[in-house]
Amino acid sequence: MPIGKVWVFAESDEGKASTASLELLTKARELGDTVEAVLVDSSPDAIAPELGEHGAAKVYAADPGTSLTGVMGGAALAKLIEEHKPDLILFDQSYDGRDALARLSAKLDLPTLTNGSAIEVDGDSVTVATAIFGGNTIVKTTFSGPKPFLACFRPKSFAAEAGGGGAGEVVKVEGVDAGRAGEAQVTDHHVEEREGPKLEDAEVVVSGGRGLGSAENYEPLVEELAKLLKGASGASRAIVDAGWVPYAKQVGQTGKTVKPKVYIAIGISGATQHMVGMKGSDNIVAINKDAEAPIFSIADLGVVGDATKVVPKLIEALKAKGG
Amino acid sequence: MNVLVCVKQIPDPAVPGELDPETKTLKREGKLILDDSDAYGVEMSLQLAEKAGGGEVTLVSMAPNDEVSGLRTALAMGAAKAILVSDPELQGSDSLATAKVIAKAVERAGDVDLVVTATESTDGYTGTIPAQVAELLGWPSLTFAKHVEIGDGKVTIQRQTEAGYDMVEAPLPAVVSVTAGVVEPRYPSFKGIMAAKNKPVDNAKVADLGLSGDQVGWAGARQEIVSIEAAPERQAGEKIEDEGDAHERIVAFLEQLKVI
Ligand SMILES: Cc1cc2nc3c(=O)[nH]c(=O)nc-3n(C[C@H](O)[C@H](O)[C@H](O)COP(=O)(O)OP(=O)(O)OC[C@H]3O[C@@H](n4cnc5c(N)ncnc54)[C@H](O)[C@@H]3O)c2cc1C
Ligand SMILES: Nc1ncnc2c1ncn2[C@@H]1O[C@H](COP(=O)(O)O)[C@@H](O)[C@H]1O
Repeated sequence: MPIGKVWVFAESDEGKASTASLELLTKARELGDTVEAVLVDSSPDAIAPELGEHGAAKVYAADPGTSLTGVMGGAALAKLIEEHKPDLILFDQSYDGRDALARLSAKLDLPTLTNGSAIEVDGDSVTVATAIFGGNTIVKTTFSGPKPFLACFRPKSFAAEAGGGGAGEVVKVEGVDAGRAGEAQVTDHHVEEREGPKLEDAEVVVSGGRGLGSAENYEPLVEELAKLLKGASGASRAIVDAGWVPYAKQVGQTGKTVKPKVYIAIGISGATQHMVGMKGSDNIVAINKDAEAPIFSIADLGVVGDATKVVPKLIEALKAKGG
Repeated sequence: MNVLVCVKQIPDPAVPGELDPETKTLKREGKLILDDSDAYGVEMSLQLAEKAGGGEVTLVSMAPNDEVSGLRTALAMGAAKAILVSDPELQGSDSLATAKVIAKAVERAGDVDLVVTATESTDGYTGTIPAQVAELLGWPSLTFAKHVEIGDGKVTIQRQTEAGYDMVEAPLPAVVSVTAGVVEPRYPSFKGIMAAKNKPVDNAKVADLGLSGDQVGWAGARQEIVSIEAAPERQAGEKIEDEGDAHERIVAFLEQLKVI
């Protein structure tokens, strides 16, 4: 039995609806009788149609101005909840999603469930599954307090599919006041250059770890291979912490969750915190010189060998095929 | 400038975690250590106070069994004193209850210009506590900072975003959460370790903070763990030894999947 009204705290990404928002809306269609979105963005009309197609009958839109999106999100949600009484609100475990969730929970004194990977609804009983210990164990928790229930999910927990809904009617929300919290002002945006597809959206992800041996090997081995496969390049935390590549490339518990068609791990041992971010990939290829490396326990094709020997040959072969 | 920095004391992450089948919480037996994530917050706070030319760094930790070993590490790094909240009533506390405790501890410390936390703890990683604390205090929160500066009564950070970073500023007092790797945490010196033994730790109970038992612990969490299961395991496929031709196998595998 579905629950009454489900909201999704939707976010934008480079002027479009974020993939995670569309994933949550798709799931919300299964869970509730009514599905609506709350969006904090200065150009909601560009984003609402996609949210509508994925299930949002209405899109409540607030303009953050130069305040932080998540902070304004918390304030906007608090205001809207009073009027519209949703039963369940879904958030993405993103920077702004977490800020909005945290602000809202403290404002309304509501508990939260975070890092969710699945959700079950049976009428007013809502259970969220969370993977712990690097994904080895699944804990299921049911809300027992007042509504609305606030739940936050790791990206890629659900598949995004358009449901043929309408364009999503935009309802402007005015007069949102975040108080002193709203005094945190965004004064400038810095966008880092990226080539090829985004890590979260790529069909192929090639990631490198400490086994690359040096920072200088990342470009000719990992990036080159990713480029040839029209994929994105990722990394383990070890080489992010070592300063070889920027944090944006990190895959794992404290980085991105990816579910590409193929994930290629080069010189990565397979720590649980890394695997939790990539073990949902359709196919996994691992290259590691240690036959006992944990990564082999989840690899569909495991190559025991020296990455600095195997990968250049692989790149040669792909180039020879004109790929 | 007075900085209050949140430090979580956690079981050694190198030891595989375990759930207590009775209470369904993480087992927190034995010695706890300073969460690595918070070592960055401590270092950042020390640097900010030094740059501001005065003021103190105070630690706040909520931990079971009056645990202080992690606090001593942070005191040895240079923090002046600590508030430790330890109370059997806190068992089962969720992030909001933890945030309530920390916010009350900030008020207890008094005269705080800046609260520093990590973005997420190593063992809990909800990442919600910083903004919850800020909301409870009615302060701005500047989360996911990879660079922090203080001046003219305001704090300015580089906030990590999906695309790069944003410059964000707010008047003090405020809460800042810092990402791992923002600074290089110092190693405590021998002198620091010795001095830490005599630095004051203010022990507070839930009631001392003006909170009631139903706001924290199991009662405050208002959620129930209904099951704990092993996740379905992914099966290993084929494993081959490279004899100079492994790349051909990879090419064949990729062809079969039609990615090339
Ligand atoms: C709270 C917490 C959160 C974390 N979050 C993340 C996260 O989000 N993402 C993440 O990745 N990690 C995370 N970690 C870190 C994680 O535990 C590991 O330390 C990290 O993933 C190891 O990275 P690595 O595999 O590159 O390095 P290592 O573990 O050092 O492995 C290097 C591997 O390379 C192999 N190798 C060496 N030379 C060669 C060669 N020539 N050819 C082929 N193979 C070679 C070695 O056999 C070894 O298996 C987290 C840790 C904690 C405590
Ligand atoms: N029990 C605690 N005592 C002190 N600080 C804490 C505690 N729990 C969390 N924090 C702080 O809040 C941050 C976020 O925690 P979490 O929401 O658990 O990911 C941590 O990195 C700490 O800086």
